[in-house]
Amino acid sequence: MSTILESSRAIPFRQVLDPTGKVVDKDLMPKLTDDQLRELMRRMVFIRVMDQRAIKLTRQGRLGFYAPVAGQEASMIGSEFATTKEDFILPGYRDVPQLLFHGWPMYQWILFSRGHQHGSDMPKDVNVLMPQIIIGAQYVQTAGTALAFKLKGEKRVAITYTGDGGTSQGDFYEGINFAGAYQVPAVFVVQNNQFAISVPVRLQTAAETLAQKAVAAGIPGVQVDGNDILAVYAVVKEAVDRAREGGGPTLIEAVTFRFGPHTMSGDDPTRYRTKELENEWEQKDPLVRFRNYLQSKGLWSEKDEEAAMEESKEAFNDALKKADAVPKMTIPSLIDSMFEVLPDSLKAQRAEYSEKEEA
Amino acid sequence: MAQMTMIQAINNALDLELARDKNVYVFGEDVGQNGGVFRATDGLQKKHGKDRVFDTPLAESGIAGLAVGMAMQGLRPVAEIQFFGFVFEAMDEIAGQATRMRYRTNGRYTCPIVFRSPFGGGVKTPEMHADSLEGLFLQTPGCRVVIPSNPYDAKGLLISAIRDNDPVIFLEHMKLYRSMRMEVPDEAYTLPLDKANVVREGTDLTVIAYGAMVHTALKAADELEKTKGVKAEVIDLRSINPIDIDTIVASIKKTHRAVVVQEAQRSAGAAAEIIAQINEHAIYYLEGPVLRVTPPDTVYPFAMIEDEWIPTPERVLSGMNKALSL
Repeated sequence: MSTILESSRAIPFRQVLDPTGKVVDKDLMPKLTDDQLRELMRRMVFIRVMDQRAIKLTRQGRLGFYAPVAGQEASMIGSEFATTKEDFILPGYRDVPQLLFHGWPMYQWILFSRGHQHGSDMPKDVNVLMPQIIIGAQYVQTAGTALAFKLKGEKRVAITYTGDGGTSQGDFYEGINFAGAYQVPAVFVVQNNQFAISVPVRLQTAAETLAQKAVAAGIPGVQVDGNDILAVYAVVKEAVDRAREGGGPTLIEAVTFRFGPHTMSGDDPTRYRTKELENEWEQKDPLVRFRNYLQSKGLWSEKDEEAAMEESKEAFNDALKKADAVPKMTIPSLIDSMFEVLPDSLKAQRAEYSEKEEA
Repeated sequence: MAQMTMIQAINNALDLELARDKNVYVFGEDVGQNGGVFRATDGLQKKHGKDRVFDTPLAESGIAGLAVGMAMQGLRPVAEIQFFGFVFEAMDEIAGQATRMRYRTNGRYTCPIVFRSPFGGGVKTPEMHADSLEGLFLQTPGCRVVIPSNPYDAKGLLISAIRDNDPVIFLEHMKLYRSMRMEVPDEAYTLPLDKANVVREGTDLTVIAYGAMVHTALKAADELEKTKGVKAEVIDLRSINPIDIDTIVASIKKTHRAVVVQEAQRSAGAAAEIIAQINEHAIYYLEGPVLRVTPPDTVYPFAMIEDEWIPTPERVLSGMNKALSL
């Protein structure tokens, strides 16, 4: 057997709960209080309801760009929960839940979806960048963000996300490799939801796991059950803690599945996914698994579930109202946001639009 | 005051800014211990430390992405792309990311980055070293593109570029690195990033150039005056994004004729944009069409023919004569 194959098989697959909610790895069980466990469930329900609502509103034209998240709640919410408010998130375009729980006001997410500049004008204490559209760019920028923390002596961590398709990009590799070379406090998460739009992960690479790509950068890589929120939390928390203490970066592959289409921009998953596959993954729904676990411990009730659903609907309604009330963008204000000191040529162009508005 | 080559002036500017502002970081391939492939960063790591001046893995997108991430957290990266022909590797991080950061976050995050990079022909480099790709960044909103033609400008413009709070592409012509020495003040000084410079006064014809072509244009202008007694005014643009159209128009109001000279091939570079702006702002002062002296629309040639490909003083002179006759 070649050593290369041995190293790929050495990538651990971590799981705390099996799909029925039974504990299979007590050692990995994270130390969370009952309140924290309930909070994780509350967040998952909140996002599942929000996702359904977002899909409807997109169809009605009240939202713009939207990449559904149902199925990936555990990997998104569990990983963000392992960070602190000072840690910096560089998300991909699907990674809205992480940003919301890191402080991105919901109405600004709605504005981002619609294509309003105020959407990505983050509040001062919210340490996130807007969702990145160029797949892989967030990875190289994460290396730089984490290097800045290291150079400034700040005990902060940069965490970033991409999908399975994104691991084929050059920037994916350059990002983890730079982070390794400089031993910066970064956590790189790959959410392997099996498909990059219509292309299955087997067409991205012959590598057995995506986590083993860490070997190319000389950094630790781990594969985790991305539908098991406790395992995701535990693995990311370990990586975040190690990064914060100067232990360098980690690559984490969370194996998961998106129930919905790639985005709401006309994608139809029945063109490339079988009903059997979808059924298989529905059995692994992260909410079912964690709900079973919490109920077995007497920590979650029907009433809790309803309260979380109601909270989600209300928050969305409030956010929509607030988003609707934000003034329209203007061309002069776009021009003003290009530079600190506008070149004369842009000043002249600004004047053309200002005249129009005054007329 | 000291006599400096352009490479020394650049080194001096980096040295002064590293000392002045602890947020300035200089990095790229071989810029640390080696001091850069052209010695632009010679001695800086030793003086300012391995944290401030450091080498990177060999990956341009990684370098540019590193700069974007650092800049977002309040640092002021001066990132080197070893040769500007390699910028295609970093195109997204520069044109797709850094230049858009202020706009896309409405100022919440900015990218006060200087991307330094050598370019330019006439020194027999291998492929993809000499190409004039500045036009790509003239077409990129959100950055400035600065191209100095002499040691004094290089120092003042680089210091301004480092202090600017938006991305600046700072292009250094390889042939000019050591081709001349000039008196350069020892202390830090700045030059405006958006302003052209009239390097030769004249009354009969305006010649607009940047980079090494400034010197070619000056030679041609001297020859024109010597042979025909015609006085050409030569403008060194210094910046091609933005273009200082006011200085150009003021000159054309005097001379009524103009020629644009560039080392980039005909439909690249800044010439077409300059002529379009002249049409918008100065057409009634013109007595003839504004002509371009440029290489042909081919890829940058193999070394043995580059001296014929790049505009020579003779070709510029011939372009000037044609402009005077139309």
